[in-house]
Amino acid sequence: MSRNSRRRFASRTWLAVLYVLTVVALIPLGLVLWFTVLKGLPSVIHPQFFLNVELPPCEPRCPAVSNAGVGHAIVGSGIMVGLASLMGIPVGILGGIFLAEYSYARWAGWVRLASDVLVGTPSIAIGLFAYAFLVVPLHHFSALSGSVALSVLMLPIVVRTTEGAVALIPSGLRESGLALGLPRWRVSLQLILPAAAPGVITGALLAVARAGGETAPLLFTAFGAHILEWDPSGPMQALPLTVFKYALLPYKSLQDQAWGAALVLIVLVLGINLVSRYVLRRQIALAGQL
Amino acid sequence: MATAVETKPVVGVSRPPREGFRVFTAAIATLVPLILLLIVATLVVQAMPAIKQFGLGFLTGTDWNPVTDTFGALPAIFGTVATSFLALALALPVGVAVAIVLAEPGYTRIRGIVGTGVELLAAIPSVVYGIWALYVLGPWSYEHLEAPIADHATFITWLSSPAVRSLFNAGLVLAVMVLPTLTAISRDVIKAVPRGMKENAVALGATWWETTWRVILPSARAGIFGATILALGRALGETIAVTMIIGNAFVIPHSIFQPAYTLSSVIANEFTEATGTLYPAALVELGLVLIVVTLVVNVVALLLVRSTSGEARRAA
Repeated sequence: MSRNSRRRFASRTWLAVLYVLTVVALIPLGLVLWFTVLKGLPSVIHPQFFLNVELPPCEPRCPAVSNAGVGHAIVGSGIMVGLASLMGIPVGILGGIFLAEYSYARWAGWVRLASDVLVGTPSIAIGLFAYAFLVVPLHHFSALSGSVALSVLMLPIVVRTTEGAVALIPSGLRESGLALGLPRWRVSLQLILPAAAPGVITGALLAVARAGGETAPLLFTAFGAHILEWDPSGPMQALPLTVFKYALLPYKSLQDQAWGAALVLIVLVLGINLVSRYVLRRQIALAGQL
Repeated sequence: MATAVETKPVVGVSRPPREGFRVFTAAIATLVPLILLLIVATLVVQAMPAIKQFGLGFLTGTDWNPVTDTFGALPAIFGTVATSFLALALALPVGVAVAIVLAEPGYTRIRGIVGTGVELLAAIPSVVYGIWALYVLGPWSYEHLEAPIADHATFITWLSSPAVRSLFNAGLVLAVMVLPTLTAISRDVIKAVPRGMKENAVALGATWWETTWRVILPSARAGIFGATILALGRALGETIAVTMIIGNAFVIPHSIFQPAYTLSSVIANEFTEATGTLYPAALVELGLVLIVVTLVVNVVALLLVRSTSGEARRAA
């Protein structure tokens, strides 16, 4: 084999190796989805699964159709993520507008660094923070403290995606607004923000998906509950808590519920992610038109 | 011109520009660094009893006994570091390979699908990885990786006595979880390498692999290193999935196939049951160690990634 054909052969071999590794990277995604559907579906196909609350474990064998469900966890997750969104998203959007509209400010650089660091902060540490700040002074676990922990998680995600979306808007729009004599806040909030809305919504959706799937910050804030709770000042169950606690118990009936809850969770989270991707594509197309 | 003289000056122009909106949004944005400082400060305050009691010995102690109030963090620190580095060793080659493939031009549709697939790995909740690792990955790895390796390498003690819940399996699931971070940033860094460098190499007669290995990867090196450290930060702080698969044994295991513990797992398992003053404080101090390490790691990584993309922009 001549030197050049050896070089060509090596190049093609390496290319093949890289393609194989790419396929290897996608295998875990397929496996996680496949097994969650496979093991979660038997629980999820009963409509009661979404309405009922949990039952004590029935051992050694449960009746074929168990009446246990995760209704209380779905309600709890909804309430907590909803409250967290109310706190985290508006603040995040305004912070993101600051970073994009005054990106030349020296302070913006520090805020940017802090948000990137906060994204990477271990969520369990945020849970400890919420515990010390809200659970200790109030003397009991509460869904509200869980929401605060989740909103801290959401904040930097919303900040950075809002900044990205606003920065995509051509400066011509801003300049036309200012040329018409509009004050800066009206330009930002009534011209730029609506134009950047799809991108901002993407960020909010991604933050909701992230918060909905988090377990660690809820362990010692929302704590979990066995019954349906509507009061955010008391402990509350959440879907990730259901998966975490039941998966580790030695009862088959509870493990099945954990898999069912995992399936509900993964469908919600991946659904939100795919929707937000579609919205983001529209934003990029829209920004191109402006 | 007469008309121009008669026109009143526009009101806003003669006044200095109003800064109200800027100050308002800046104040809101300041919440982000403020919360970060508040988290660290809160953990320091809460951990104070343990810090005063044990001092630096906390980091090197190996005994964790709530009954006798002796707390040492070394096994948990060891577990955190070992699982994270194992995860990176496994994820780095795959992550960079995917990044190179994704950064190539052409076949945009297929590359888009692959890219979305890898990014969705980041969207899957940690607890779902946990239940999957516990019931699917762990048993599979025990049967097809750990047991055969242990059988063939009987003379290596740190590859002996396999178990389903082990440090190795925790590293395995962490590798899957940090892959998206590694891939996404490496891809951006590789894409930022100036086109001219690649074209020069090809013009000199280099093959595709020679261009990639000798030209593109060396100039993206610092950025890929930054991506690796960022992934390390994610791996260090990951809690739930690791807690479910690592086996929760507060020891420095003699083999990577044995159960161990990590900083975040200890907190997740024990914090709600901790009573007294010293026990919870010791757990918070574990959290403090964790957050300080991840903060340093993250800041270093972010500065590295930023400096390389800045360099690439200047070179282009």
